[in-house]
This record gives sequence, structure tokens and C-alpha cells, in this order.
Amino acid sequence: MAKIWAIAQRELKAYFVSPVAYVVAALFMLVAGYLFSLILYHTREASLRGLFANLNVVFLIVAPALTMRLLAEERQRGTIEMLMTSPVSDRDIVLGKYLSCLLYLAFLMALTAIFPITLALLGNPDWMTILTGYLGIYLLGASFMAVGLLTSSWTNNQVIAAVATFALSLLIWLLPSAGAVVGQPLSQVFEYMSILQHQENLLRGVIDSSDVLYYVSFIVGALFLTIRSVEVYRWR
Amino acid sequence: MIVIENLSKRYADRTVVRDVTFDVKQGEILGFLGPNGAGKSTTMKMLTGYLTPSAGRVEVGGFDMAKDPIKAKGLIGYLPENPPVYPEMTVRDYLAFAAKLRGVPGREVKAAVDSVIERCILGEVPNKLIAHLSKGFQQRVGIAQALVHRPKVIILDEPTNGLDPKQIIQIRELIKSLAQDHTVILSTHILPEVQVTCSRVLIINQGTVVAEGKPEELEGKLRGGMRIELEARAPQSDIEAQLQDLPGVSNLLVSPKSEDLVRVSLEVPSGNDLRERIAAEVIGRGWGLLELKSVGLSLEEIFLKLTTADAAQSDSVAEPSEVLTHG
Repeated sequence: MAKIWAIAQRELKAYFVSPVAYVVAALFMLVAGYLFSLILYHTREASLRGLFANLNVVFLIVAPALTMRLLAEERQRGTIEMLMTSPVSDRDIVLGKYLSCLLYLAFLMALTAIFPITLALLGNPDWMTILTGYLGIYLLGASFMAVGLLTSSWTNNQVIAAVATFALSLLIWLLPSAGAVVGQPLSQVFEYMSILQHQENLLRGVIDSSDVLYYVSFIVGALFLTIRSVEVYRWR
Repeated sequence: MIVIENLSKRYADRTVVRDVTFDVKQGEILGFLGPNGAGKSTTMKMLTGYLTPSAGRVEVGGFDMAKDPIKAKGLIGYLPENPPVYPEMTVRDYLAFAAKLRGVPGREVKAAVDSVIERCILGEVPNKLIAHLSKGFQQRVGIAQALVHRPKVIILDEPTNGLDPKQIIQIRELIKSLAQDHTVILSTHILPEVQVTCSRVLIINQGTVVAEGKPEELEGKLRGGMRIELEARAPQSDIEAQLQDLPGVSNLLVSPKSEDLVRVSLEVPSGNDLRERIAAEVIGRGWGLLELKSVGLSLEEIFLKLTTADAAQSDSVAEPSEVLTHG
């Protein structure tokens, strides 16, 4: 556990030493703030549901930008050799990297706290729905990050990793539309696998364990594949 | 401390390491010598668990690298070919990260980092970003990360790479001082490095071990021959034919020096000093003898003989290496 934490800590420091962490956070807040104001102006509702639904799109772009370097850069610089010859399992390397993503995502979420606070000043928001909504977008963001970590393990080229993350996430996002083409019963499967579908209840304020389970298994699956992919490095 | 058995690494189109077997005892400094591309780095990568061997076994401190990788790796400190440094970190942060990764307990990290900064002569730069350091400093940071957790086994791939002569001497001293309580393997393509630092040498070429022994032993056994050089005033083809017929002559090389002067270089087995005979032959033919001397084969030449894939020299390779690997 100490080693996982050491890796996560190093990763976070790397984000914050380079301007990446700040630039991403600033631009994220710019877009989020813009969306928040627009939606509030039009709907005049003390709710974050509209904002959350739109933030999904932002995560589609933020996740590749944040995760592309995680393993690709290590391989390109050769520092992966230090990690993989240290007494640390491949699993712990991947978990350490992913933990840094989760923490950075939590940092982004914390910045958006300004929106519910604004709503509280202007009206009477439903706090429960806001909290489950946060859970919903956090799980979705975390899922995209897991995809990003996976694609970053496939290549030592960061641009390829980013584009692959974006494409893969978008394909998963659009699965239900493919379902409409193939028809029953496959369409139901596609519907179930859709990453947005499972967020709807959460944005409405309902926690359904099957939705949470979907995201958790999605993330676990992606991490599992990442660990396998890291193991393969040794065979090169 | 380290046991390597029949280690091989094959890729689809070529075999990089073929059936390498050796062991290293506690406190030994083993020099891994070979030309670039001989398979040194690949062997070290398998030794440290970075690459999985196609065949064979690696055991470090009694732990099998394939079955017990975490325990085996815990005993090793490794400097890869290129120092695995993160440019955006400071030297101190980086070394602390390396220490934590190797399981140094939190409260001992600072002391471990301080001591390795001193040992690797990094006192001027502990708080600088690695990106801003010269190649020599980066290389020493790379060595420092391999030592920070006080591993029993230290594996250094070309440790003096990119250092200036003064730093090279310092690092060699450092490596020698490590031998007291560590086992060290270092690879290099620089011969003096081996002569100065190592207690045992392994010469590897095209993925196989071609010779093994103590540096002075290797030098002595392989220096089985001597080279004779002479300068004479004689027709090139005549002198070549004349000397070729003498018993035991090999690697005869005759080159014109000027209008009628030739330089001749030839090798003879030890105990067969042909100098007097050659002098007599040359003078007997009425040629002028301007110079005649014997030159011992240097370790450098022995190394070249062992590692040059020249068919003409392969005979002289087979014999001495057998003597050494079995002796």
C-alpha cells in the first residue's frame, strides 16, 4: 500500500509541477462555469442536473488529456524500467497510477463546489440530488480515466494514447445508437452497456446499486486489462 | 548470491542471448564485458526481472525471479543503460521516491537519501530539477537511485557512461568501495574499467559467453602469444613468402612503408621466440633490417580477438576460451 501511495503521490506531483494540472483545471472551470451560467439563466432552476449532463462531454475530452502520459511517457522515457525492476507488482504500479487519476478528479469536483454554493445563495437546491449527481459524474469521469490508463499502456506515443481514449470512450458512449440498428435482442445488451444510461438515475437523485455496480465493474475490467498489458512489456 | 542458468532471449528473427550460465558470489565485482550489441544489456534486463527470458533461470539471493519476483527484486539495485530519471523531479524528491518504491520505511527515507547524495557526490545539486542537470550528474543520480535502499546486489549497466575522466575515477572508487558489503555486476565496453574495478570478468559476444576469469588470469592465459614487428628493406612478396614458411607464424601482415621499405607484423605462440631466426633469414637474403621488436598482446587485443567475428581469427578464439571456461 505504501508503494501504491508513493507512485500516486509522484504522479500527482508531476501533474502539479508541470502546468498540466492547472491548465486543465482552469479550462475545465471556464467551460463548466460558462455552462452553469447559461443553464441557470435559461432554466432558472436551483438544480445542477443540466450542468452534470453537459460535464460528461467535458470529461470525454479531459480524460484523454490527463491520462495519455501515465504509462506512455514512462515507456518513452525508459523510467518504466525503474518501476518494473523495483519490488512492486504490476498491479500496484497500475493502481498507483489510477489512484492519482481518482484524486485529481476529486480535485476537479471540489473546484465545482462553487456552483452548488451559488445555487444555495440564490434558491433552495435539493442537496441529495446534487450529491448523487456528483457521484454520477465522478463515476463516469473515473470510467473514462480507466479507459485512458488502458490505452496509455498500449503505446509509448502520448498522442496515440489520447486519440485512442477519445475514440474508445465515444464508441462506448454511442453504443445505444448502434443498438437501434441491430434491433432486439442485441439492442438491449447495448443499451445496458451504455455508459450514460447508468447515470440517469443518479442525476435524478436515485442510487440504484446496479448502476454503481456497472461503473465499478467497468473500471475494474479496464484496470485488469491494463495490468495484463503492462505484464506483456516483459515479453518484448 | 546470483545464479544464472542457461539464460536465453529469442526474438522472432534473432537470438540476442544464447545459453548464458554463470554465478556471482557475495562480495564479488563481476565485469560484464563485450562490444556494443553483444547482449549485455539484454542479459541485465533479464537478471533484474525487466524482461522475461525465453529460456533459463535467474536466482537472486535464493529467490527465483520467475516465481518470487518481488522478493528477488527487493535485493537488487539497478542502473539501466539510460538513467531512469524523471526530469520534472528534484534530485532529493526522486531519490526519496526510489527509496519508498524499494520499501525503505518512511522515517528512514530522509537518512537514506542524505547518505546516498553524499556517496554519489551530488551534494551540489540535491534541490535542482533533474532536467537541469548535466549528463554526468544525471548518470550519478541514476547510480544513486540504485544504491539508496542499500541493496545486497547492485547491477550497473555502463555506469561511467557520459562522465568526464575525473568523475569516472570517482565512480570507480565508489564501485570498489561497494564491494565490501554488496555484490556488484557491472557491464562495460571499456577495458580499463574492468581491469581497475573487477574481481572477475565475463566476456560476452553475440549473446554467448566467450571467456571468463580474473582480469590478470585472463590476460595471462590469453597472452599465450607474442607479436613480432619488423621493418626491412625488401620486396614485399618475397619477404612475405619467406616468413610465412617459418614454424608457428600466424596473422602475418606485410605492408609497404615507402618506396622499398616494408613493415611486417606477425604473431607466434609463446615459447617460440623467432626474433633471432627472422633476423638471420632477412640478413641472409641480403635485405636490410631496420627494426625488430616483440610486442605483448594487450587485453584490448585479446578482447578484440575474442569478439571479432572474423573467420581467420576464430581458431585462436576457440582454444583459450575453452581453457578459461573449464579452468
